[in-house]
Amino acid sequence: MPVANIQVSETPLVLYALRRADDALILGHRLSEWCGHAPMLEEDMALSNIALDLLGQARELYTYAAKAEGKDNDEDKLAYLRDVRQYRNLLLVEQPNGGFAQTLVRQFFYSAFADLYWRAMMASRDTTLAAIAAKSEKESAYHLRHASEWIIRLGDGTDESRARAQAAIDHLWAFTGEMFAVDEGECALIHADIAIDPGSLRGRWLTTLSGVVSEATLELPQTDWMQQGGRTGRHSEHLGHLLSELQSMQRTFPGQTW
Amino acid sequence: MYTQALSTTETDDRGLEDAAKAAQFQARIDAEERIEPNDWMPAAYRKTLTRQISQHAHSEIVGMLPEGNWITRAPSLRRKAALLAKVQDECGHGLYLYAAAETLGTSREELVDAMLAGKAKYSSIFNYPTLTWADIGIIGWLVDGAAIMNQIPLCRCSYGPYARAMIRVCKEESFHQRQGYEIVLTLCRGSDEQQAMAQEALNRWWWPVLMMFGPPDATSQHSDTSTKWKIKRFSNDELRQKFVDATVPQAQYLGLTIPDPGMIQDADGHWPYSEIDWTEFKQVLAGNGPCNRDRLAARGKAHDEGAWVREAAAAYAAKRARRQTAQAAE
Repeated sequence: MPVANIQVSETPLVLYALRRADDALILGHRLSEWCGHAPMLEEDMALSNIALDLLGQARELYTYAAKAEGKDNDEDKLAYLRDVRQYRNLLLVEQPNGGFAQTLVRQFFYSAFADLYWRAMMASRDTTLAAIAAKSEKESAYHLRHASEWIIRLGDGTDESRARAQAAIDHLWAFTGEMFAVDEGECALIHADIAIDPGSLRGRWLTTLSGVVSEATLELPQTDWMQQGGRTGRHSEHLGHLLSELQSMQRTFPGQTW
Repeated sequence: MYTQALSTTETDDRGLEDAAKAAQFQARIDAEERIEPNDWMPAAYRKTLTRQISQHAHSEIVGMLPEGNWITRAPSLRRKAALLAKVQDECGHGLYLYAAAETLGTSREELVDAMLAGKAKYSSIFNYPTLTWADIGIIGWLVDGAAIMNQIPLCRCSYGPYARAMIRVCKEESFHQRQGYEIVLTLCRGSDEQQAMAQEALNRWWWPVLMMFGPPDATSQHSDTSTKWKIKRFSNDELRQKFVDATVPQAQYLGLTIPDPGMIQDADGHWPYSEIDWTEFKQVLAGNGPCNRDRLAARGKAHDEGAWVREAAAAYAAKRARRQTAQAAE
């Protein structure tokens, strides 16, 4: 008997924490799919390491979302008992691993943003978010370095790796716009200095990308069309499959302690 | 994780070596000195250790697969993080052990190729499937428990790099074992369904775990040289009995039944166990276990699909080196 989905009272602050928690969990989950299957043992280690950092961020953010909501939810209920339409992550992070190039390009796009984002969030007036930011910023800086080095190696490696890296960039580019979008609720948090305006990071994010991509002899697409929807629960088809795996135990054996 | 006692020693070829050197070498071993990579050693010692350490490394890497099977389905975020960290540790052990094996003169690539070609063995325990979440607990508790039993004596192995690797590996393994035991304990304190899940997993894993200690002493060949060289310090049966003796009270505490009816503690405090089905063991070693093909296929797929990445990394490193040389020449 599958257990019903929980209901979450998505106040602006709850929703804000939930969105970032979902980003971290879903991307961490994707990276964890590599464990035991990476191109070299060093990357099994590195991708697992990054996944663990993201999982840690997700747990702190879920716990904070649950606390801000003030009901009987907790990190596990938030992760395991919401359906695809209740998930609030970016479309970018739910995209399948594809090959190594696609995984690393996805990571590069996200980490280049996360690095700037968490650094800026250290100044949040919300002390919990500021503390999570301080820890996440250090982790993101490493994630970005790792991804950037790989983009350069793949781009400036062989013809094959260059083609694969460029194809991944072209494929994932349309999912990057969502990182910089805000809705009304977030605007209020930005005005209250609890959140930062992600739009203000876009210029620096592009500078980071351009630097690495040009050293890698690759190119950023010229298209402006961006996919949206993750933040309001309109996901790609991929997320449902990910969740059915992630949540299978909690759905099969409802209400038990593990 | 662990390599089982399936290493056989190479034929003693000291006749071809300098007898004086061999005597000196044995004297050092007898004096409990550590042999280091640059020291003289008999060719058979080198070969035996290369095989044993690389089998151990392969076991760590293949061992990532059965547990990795549950990373994406772990039932809570805490369990997910702990399992991912654990499997990552196994990978670290593999890397560490390949490095130890490389000090004997064979490269990681050659060792991995031998494994992928089915020429090198890994612990047969990883050819069994992880069917339920309880398997993750049982593996930590019993498979890692058996591994520790085998590896603690290896911390005093005569070959320095292997002994030092084992010290670190054992520390992490005992953490894994506690974690596994705690998973099983949670199940045993949980619902009837969870208790049944734990018991069912124990039923499947018990005998394969006992096989991890290798063939019975009566049929085990060539272990005298390994003993003389102080690579091996206890016999397969001694370690197996020690493991059973330590595990029975733990199972009792958990309220689980070991699937060996009628076990009675003897006057010396040991728990004698029934005859092990060595036919199954031989079949699994011969490649006919439930997952042998899947495990090798998964490692082969990761290796093949990653080839272009490794080539790209090598090509980039070569380009960069050329550029640096060119710059230096300017």
